[in-house]
Amino acid sequence: MSLSREQVLHIAKLARIALTPDEVERFREQLSSILDHFALLSEVPTEDVEPTAHPLPLRNVMREDVVQPSMPREDVLLNAPEQEEGMFRVRAVLE
Amino acid sequence: MSELWRLTAHEAHELLRRREISAVELTQSVLRRIEEVEERIHAYITLTPELALEQAREADERFAAGTATPLTGIPVAVKDVIITKGVRTTAGSRMLENFIPPYDSHVAERLRRAGAVMVGKANMDEFAMGSSTEHSAFGPTRNPWALDRVPGGSSGGSAAAVAAGECLIALGSDTGGSIRQPAALCGVVGLDPTYGRVSRYGLIAFGSSLDQIGPIGRDVEDVATMLDCIGGHDPRDSTSNPEPMPDMRHYLGRDIKGFRIGVPREYFVDGIEPGVREALERALRLFEGLGCEVEECSLPSTKYALAVYYLIAPSEASANLARYDGVKYGFSDRSHPSMWENMEHTRAKGFGDEVKRRIMLGTYALSAGYYDAYYLKAQKVRTIINREFAEAFERYDVLVTPTSPTVAFPLGSRLDDPYAMYLADVCTLPAAVAGLPAISLPCGESEGLPVGMQIIGNFFDEGRLLMVAHAFERAFGWANRLPDL
Repeated sequence: MSLSREQVLHIAKLARIALTPDEVERFREQLSSILDHFALLSEVPTEDVEPTAHPLPLRNVMREDVVQPSMPREDVLLNAPEQEEGMFRVRAVLE
Repeated sequence: MSELWRLTAHEAHELLRRREISAVELTQSVLRRIEEVEERIHAYITLTPELALEQAREADERFAAGTATPLTGIPVAVKDVIITKGVRTTAGSRMLENFIPPYDSHVAERLRRAGAVMVGKANMDEFAMGSSTEHSAFGPTRNPWALDRVPGGSSGGSAAAVAAGECLIALGSDTGGSIRQPAALCGVVGLDPTYGRVSRYGLIAFGSSLDQIGPIGRDVEDVATMLDCIGGHDPRDSTSNPEPMPDMRHYLGRDIKGFRIGVPREYFVDGIEPGVREALERALRLFEGLGCEVEECSLPSTKYALAVYYLIAPSEASANLARYDGVKYGFSDRSHPSMWENMEHTRAKGFGDEVKRRIMLGTYALSAGYYDAYYLKAQKVRTIINREFAEAFERYDVLVTPTSPTVAFPLGSRLDDPYAMYLADVCTLPAAVAGLPAISLPCGESEGLPVGMQIIGNFFDEGRLLMVAHAFERAFGWANRLPDL
């Protein structure tokens, strides 16, 4: 399994991580080599096997729909890199 | 008594209860020990000596008032992936270098309520991704048994702090082996409870179908005591088991005659060091001497656990770590004109290489066209691994394996080869994938370094696990052996 540079750039875009050209090459080699080891799984017959998403047989956990106290706004914004009028401030989303 | 830091938590509790020592004296002893050795070990990212002394004074008041618990006044290290209100919590990452949590995790709350003394936040691989603590953005931790060796990871700071006397007991987290493997490499005891036993409310998420919090201590009684403090239902974690947890110390000091122990042969194949194998073989004879029936068995799909884990955990991580966008909290690069560019550069600068590798691996495994071949396939093989464990527990009370195929390896020796680092977890991954409880405890030495034995139990059967571990520890006589530093 050998990833192309284009594939690595596509993954990085989906993951929203900016990569330098050196990193693209290094991750391409490392990820390709790791994926090679995972090819082992293809030898396991799994036609009639259900996937396991979670180790315990828990179903959806519900509680009564009652309003409960939430964290004060000042606390939520305590670590905000930039805030304005009680909101998180970001750069323009639309160009 | 000048070296109070050498005590186990339960020994210290006895002395505190009889008022022979004070919690302030005990805490001062640990803080002095930290001053003496921390420069060499680097077990902590953040130290909290003032908070510790304040909590120690409160603990002495509780002993005077008769409201003390077994952990009141006990100096504890908390892995820095567990959030603590008002105390910086970094997850070993530049991304959270200045993050001050506005609330407490469930386990931090339980520790405060019990009157424990927090001495600091322990070093770890960034976001708990690693097996050597070398992936910490704040520099590696060294193994107290040999300073040129790794302590294991990702809870390497917690395990090293316990072994070096820089706390009496610690909290770690285990996703694929992050409590058990460093406990083995540092010659201490580490318990990964059943998935769902301890609430993850306030644990910085890595792999949500795998993450679990657990104790690292100097002996089995101490880890049982800590589990009694932190375990049980919490409605704030929807995967938390609603059944009440039995008292774990109740299981200590019992006879294990007639117990059936399965030894899966797949754990004793390639890559296992001769010294580790020999220590395990001697341990198995000791179990026979205690009246256990020891029998070789087979879990044929063990060899697939590594691939299953390293597809599922990074996939879940790629989703969990999407929250680090430089908007709400954490590091933020704001030097670019658009929000998207800022986000990409925030993540490029805030994350280290291993975290980027795993996010990208997981993103790929979940992406269109590859989901069935990787992620879904891994989830199906996970079912097969679980089934084999379920069958084994019809025949055996517990399973015994090595915790790590090797003793502590030299610093730097696996950093350039990510897959070689992944192999360090090969013995701990299967139980993690299945969500089963497992403990690592010392069972010997090889090349002057500790060897760890792993005991795996059935779902929510920590009681029997601790019973077997405690009986072994008493017969073997290694408990609370500390390295010369």
